[in-house]
Amino acid sequence: MSRPVEPEPPPAPLLVLKEITKRFPGVVANDRVTVEVRAGEVHALLGENGAGKTTLVKVLYGIHQPDAGEIILRGRPVHIRAPRDALRLGIGMVPQHFLLVRRHTVAENVCLGLSGTRALLPSRQVERRIAELGGRYGLAVDPRAPVWSLSISEQQRVEILKALLRGAEILILDEPTSVLTPQEAQGLFAVLRRMTEEGHAVIFITHKLDEVLAVADRITVLRKGRVVDTLPAAAAGKRQLARMMVGRDVEFRPARTAVALRGEALRVEDLCAQNDRGLPALRGVSFAVQQGEIVGVAGVAGNGQREQVEVITGLRRATRGRVWVLGQEVTNGTARAVLEAGVAHIPEERIRAGIVGTMSVAENLVLRRYRYPPFSRGALLNRQAVSGFAQRMIATYGIATPSPRAPARALSGGNIQRLILARELSAEPALVVAAHPTSGLDISATEQIHTLLLRRREEGAGILLVSEDLDEILALSDRIVVMFGGEVMGIVPASEANRERIGLMMTGQRP
Amino acid sequence: MRIGPVLVERRTASSWSWTLGVSLLALLIALALAGIIFWSYGVAPLRAYGVIFRGTLLNVRALPEIVRNAIPLLLAGVGLVLAFRALFWNIGAEGQILLGATAATWVALFSPVPDGWKLLAMFAAGFVSGAVWGLIPALLKLRFAVNEVISTLMMNYIALYLVSWLVHGPWKGPEMRGFAFTNAFPDAARIPTIADTRIHWPTLLLGVALAAAVAFLLARTRAGFEIRVQGENPEAARYAGIDPLRTTLLVMLLAGGAAGLAGVGEVGGIHHRLLDPNQISLGFGYAAIIVAWLARGNPLAAIGTALFLGFIFASGDVMRVALQMPARVTDVFNGLILFCLIGSERALSWRVRWAPGGVGLSPAARADAVASEAPRSDR
Repeated sequence: MSRPVEPEPPPAPLLVLKEITKRFPGVVANDRVTVEVRAGEVHALLGENGAGKTTLVKVLYGIHQPDAGEIILRGRPVHIRAPRDALRLGIGMVPQHFLLVRRHTVAENVCLGLSGTRALLPSRQVERRIAELGGRYGLAVDPRAPVWSLSISEQQRVEILKALLRGAEILILDEPTSVLTPQEAQGLFAVLRRMTEEGHAVIFITHKLDEVLAVADRITVLRKGRVVDTLPAAAAGKRQLARMMVGRDVEFRPARTAVALRGEALRVEDLCAQNDRGLPALRGVSFAVQQGEIVGVAGVAGNGQREQVEVITGLRRATRGRVWVLGQEVTNGTARAVLEAGVAHIPEERIRAGIVGTMSVAENLVLRRYRYPPFSRGALLNRQAVSGFAQRMIATYGIATPSPRAPARALSGGNIQRLILARELSAEPALVVAAHPTSGLDISATEQIHTLLLRRREEGAGILLVSEDLDEILALSDRIVVMFGGEVMGIVPASEANRERIGLMMTGQRP
Repeated sequence: MRIGPVLVERRTASSWSWTLGVSLLALLIALALAGIIFWSYGVAPLRAYGVIFRGTLLNVRALPEIVRNAIPLLLAGVGLVLAFRALFWNIGAEGQILLGATAATWVALFSPVPDGWKLLAMFAAGFVSGAVWGLIPALLKLRFAVNEVISTLMMNYIALYLVSWLVHGPWKGPEMRGFAFTNAFPDAARIPTIADTRIHWPTLLLGVALAAAVAFLLARTRAGFEIRVQGENPEAARYAGIDPLRTTLLVMLLAGGAAGLAGVGEVGGIHHRLLDPNQISLGFGYAAIIVAWLARGNPLAAIGTALFLGFIFASGDVMRVALQMPARVTDVFNGLILFCLIGSERALSWRVRWAPGGVGLSPAARADAVASEAPRSDR
């Protein structure tokens, strides 16, 4: 650990996580991790997936017990056996996936489990407190609104309010911006700064470098369960942080070459569809993807992107409108018909839908191709062809697996995605529909997947890239379709796109 | 998690020896619980088990009875292994057995099929009618989302009352002096048995061949691949463009047909007539669920588990004769076994390791760690 270089001694830390070690079967998630958090600072924990960030805060919040090390709060060692203890000590957490009762109002949710409230819910007193805290920190939210009617960012505010009302002095936020638009993220950062001004400490977990530089006062970088360094944000640069996170230099803007467009890979016209609850989710979407270009679809989750992908790939019925692939109409065709038209699909829920976890890596590599030669001969599977193909794919795409026969669920998220890309791209599709292809993946896997998608584009495929990561969309796309409320807000060429412009369109403003 | 010197970890891959060990332990627990029943009956449990062993496994004359009971259990059980692999919860093997028996009886007694072809026609008719009985709930599930557990179970009662009505009414045999039986089958419609036993070997061969065929189907064919994907992850099957209707119909065609064959064997090889449904099938269709469950999705393993259940059925006879207990005590046994097996299911995803003091990793755990570059604990 580096010490700050100021001449005067640093302020006494509010919280010290000292030499924390936490092992899980087969892995040391935290290896003698020491982090000091001061009052009034935003302390970022930066690291790739599996670096041990979430494990560390789960130890702090009492969800995990450390195997070694101690937690020192306000100069005194404390034992945190359960979240209850953490709350009593003034440590609150905003989880990645919100724990709210959707049918209840904001005030009722905040009351849940709050000690000292009366049996009758919700009391006016709590509503007053919510309004008061909301005003103080800029967390505006109507205490009487039912949670289901709130946007994701409002739900996040409710989670923060819950923690504050329980007297949290130290607030832990686990990947809080992954569900927010850029503007909403700016709003959250403003809230966090207000909180630190009032003396709260914020522990902010992320793997996004821009955010860290925007909001953090100090940064602790973790890699493979160990602390690489703690440094003031003012002294840190993006490249330097990336190198510390990954352990090598990282290319932020993948190289792109100009590709001649070769006709339409995909055209959708006036597409309408319903979501799982039977409500309209797509309201007349029209756009086209040329062969040789990447069209990014930007939007906050739940604005019709999922339904759009499913309709195009034959997994959901269109209630109106038409879909063409390479000039051939596939509207409401089966998933198999769309596949045979030359469409690869990298599904959003890669573990739930993209693989069969209990089946082998080799079988998963032919999951969508088993019925075609050479993998099938008549009614029989050609096992030599399957295992030969698996060995080639494992080598070509760098899938880390103990053997082609290992069950696919034994693979890490990055390797599962490599497996899916190997299967989908090796079929040389004319159109690739990629839904959130790098969500939750670390920098190395993300880099590789970006390279693969760009290469497929250079080989002449059209690529429809749906992502919530605006940076990814901006880095890869030739054109960007922005969606809001099931409609296209506009289609912007990459040369004219920037975060602010796209971000505004994502909130429903037409250019 | 650590309990004293023992470390309990989640396992990522299943191992055969562990599955076998846990299943055997579950069986032992079931036997111990059954001991309580013996004891409450005034029979010392150990003496009861002694009598059962001497009366079945150690008695040359009784051994074939184990095989005889295993035949319908194997046929129905292999079908259920297949159905369960496709996540189709077929509780209807009992009804499919009865339909097979009914169709075989029609061929034996009322059809103009020449004698030389009679047995073949009986097996064919039994397969088809069992299959039809199995396809109805499959269609209901995929077309109208009718829960197959309910529909297959209810179809059992339809089959039961159909047989009951036939033997009391239109098919009641004039030669049977008022008993609710059909007439006895002609010799050409009797399945040959081995010497002095009740082992109707053609049905047994069919069962073994079917187990091998289903194993081949699952491992080596395109249809088997589709069945496995459909069963292991229906959502991935949708994504892979697999037609759930086609796989389910294939599975239930084979499962229902196999159970139908079991019914043919019972009337053609044992009873030589259609009689009260509860005498045709002694609950083989339900016990086959245990056969399939114990086989853990492996069709060849069903040969062994069918023999084991055959042993339980045979010991039911011993208990009745030697210990004067009601014959239905086998149902209690079967219930206890299934209960303990399902209870042991969760234990299969854990690994127990002796690791006094140290926190070192087992070789298997280390291999897992290598396989996953990013630990899953950080999610």
